[in-house]
Amino acid sequence: MLKDITIGQYFPMDSAVHRLDARFKIVITAIFIVMIFSADSFPALILSLVFFVIAFLASKLSPKLIIKSMKPIIPIIIFTSVLNIFFIDGVTVFHIWKIRITDNGLITSGYMIIRLIALICGSSLLTYTTSPIVLTDAIEQMMKPLSKLHFPVHELAMMMTIALRFIPTLIEETDKIMSAQKARGADMDSGTLVERAKALVPIIIPLFVSSFRRAEELALAMECRCYNGGEGRTKLKTLVSGGADYAALCLSLLFLGGVMIIDMGKIIFR
Amino acid sequence: MAVIRTEKLTYTYSQGTPFEKTAVNNVDLEIEEGELVGVIGHTGSGKSTLIQHFNGLVKPTSGKVFIDGTDIWSKDVKLRDIRFKVGLVFQYPEYQIFEDTVYKDIAFGPKNMGLDEAEIDKRVRETAELVGISPELLKKSPFELSGGQKRRGAIAGVMARRPTVLVRDEPAAGLDPKGRENVLDQIKQYHDETKSTVLLVSHSMEDVARFASKILVMNKGEVLCYDTPPAVFARAEEISSVGLSVPQITRIFSLLRQRGIDIRGDVYTVEFALKTIKEYLEKNGRGGLENA
Ligand SMILES: Nc1ncnc2c1ncn2[C@@H]1O[C@H](COP(=O)(O)OP(=O)(O)OP(=O)(O)O)[C@@H](O)[C@H]1O
Ligand SMILES: [Mg+2]
Repeated sequence: MLKDITIGQYFPMDSAVHRLDARFKIVITAIFIVMIFSADSFPALILSLVFFVIAFLASKLSPKLIIKSMKPIIPIIIFTSVLNIFFIDGVTVFHIWKIRITDNGLITSGYMIIRLIALICGSSLLTYTTSPIVLTDAIEQMMKPLSKLHFPVHELAMMMTIALRFIPTLIEETDKIMSAQKARGADMDSGTLVERAKALVPIIIPLFVSSFRRAEELALAMECRCYNGGEGRTKLKTLVSGGADYAALCLSLLFLGGVMIIDMGKIIFR
Repeated sequence: MAVIRTEKLTYTYSQGTPFEKTAVNNVDLEIEEGELVGVIGHTGSGKSTLIQHFNGLVKPTSGKVFIDGTDIWSKDVKLRDIRFKVGLVFQYPEYQIFEDTVYKDIAFGPKNMGLDEAEIDKRVRETAELVGISPELLKKSPFELSGGQKRRGAIAGVMARRPTVLVRDEPAAGLDPKGRENVLDQIKQYHDETKSTVLLVSHSMEDVARFASKILVMNKGEVLCYDTPPAVFARAEEISSVGLSVPQITRIFSLLRQRGIDIRGDVYTVEFALKTIKEYLEKNGRGGLENA
């Protein structure tokens, strides 16, 4: 069911990772992504995965969640790895009819799979442990310097907050409308492609109608509370950073350094 | 034979996450054909979740659901057939409207059954009349209707399929007292005319008490009791103790009993209350009541 979508969902808990300053978490996630994409050998890749495992254990999340977040990207993973296996040249490992599988193909797609999985895991860990509101707050603060260039930072952040806030609501709404139409005998799980596309109409129209209604209601509610943009606006909860945040940042930099050293070693010893 | 039967029915939302929540817990239930059942319970007691099991919209975490004696989750059962048998109208059904005329929106359900044009037309017109939608309204866009009219249209859309069991989730939510009355009378009329089984979810004991033939009281995902109104209200104290309000008239009688007056406790309509008090006065004189 739609309810099982966990991407972008926040699981409120109390753990070292949950307590970290969101700005640091974003930076650390970025460092992790740099790590996995710059890692050019299996030992380096494993080292960056060790970093993820440490972060994951510290977050106290259940491993089931991570596995669940993998589900929607399985097709992408299969697709890219198959492409890599078949189309990269190298020493032939085996040969069936016109299809030739090479060692380079296997290695490249192996890297690709691990990197993609690590990418999703890393960003899921960020969203699982940080509430969307705090996350956009952090992004707003990090982009603040851009407002000097008349870039609408606050408006952008507000739009993101609203969009994120309404994802679960929309999912729930879609679920409800789907149930209601199924109860009226709508058949959504069988038929030709055209029939299935047609079967979406009874869902999409009510969904649009209710989204517009919600948007109107929200705009009205914001106006009633005298919302007038970012100027002179203060925060109820300001982000604070402390020793733990710097420690976590140092740890991630250490691992990044480790990955780079391993790779450099590889280049030198060649 | 029971038209709806459940066996140790349990449903847990978001199983395996920190949000895990058991909404329906180990429910054994048998609802006979032709009954008009009022389903009552606190907000969050699992009423909506329970009724969505009856037409296979949610799959039980454990336990079984039987409709007309068939297990609806056994392999050779088509869920769509079950959905023709059990018509479910959700809370705020006006949000499921999508066609460009009221007529087409009501016809959506019957059309999905594969009926022919003539039969669809007949059903749409009959049902529209039953719920109080005039023929002129049928040609209008449903989005131009008032909230109450929209709701009627949406309900007609489910009724037009002539389900053996009609389930309605809080049909009176968000209506004024007059509107509530109308909706409830309509359901009563529908029940009398079609002789089908009707389930009615409600927050208000008073509404349900007036004409339900059976009352199902839910509490924290479990069935507290399922019985005829007199038998349910005879347990007024127990029902109040889980935080549900009984009809005011029942409460008065239960207070009278607490003050030592020997009067029956299963009173739940004003008419019956009058009769009971008259009988009591004839038998015992005014003394007892005045002391209390
Ligand atoms: N989609 C959902 N995801 C997670 N939990 C849910 C969901 N829907 C309901 N619940 C939980 O299940 C429990 C029962 O909900 P349900 O909607 O069945 O109650 P209800 O008796 O119909 O309440 P109401 O009278 O307010 O409509 C509630 O505690 C609710 O928090
Ligand atoms: Mg409900």
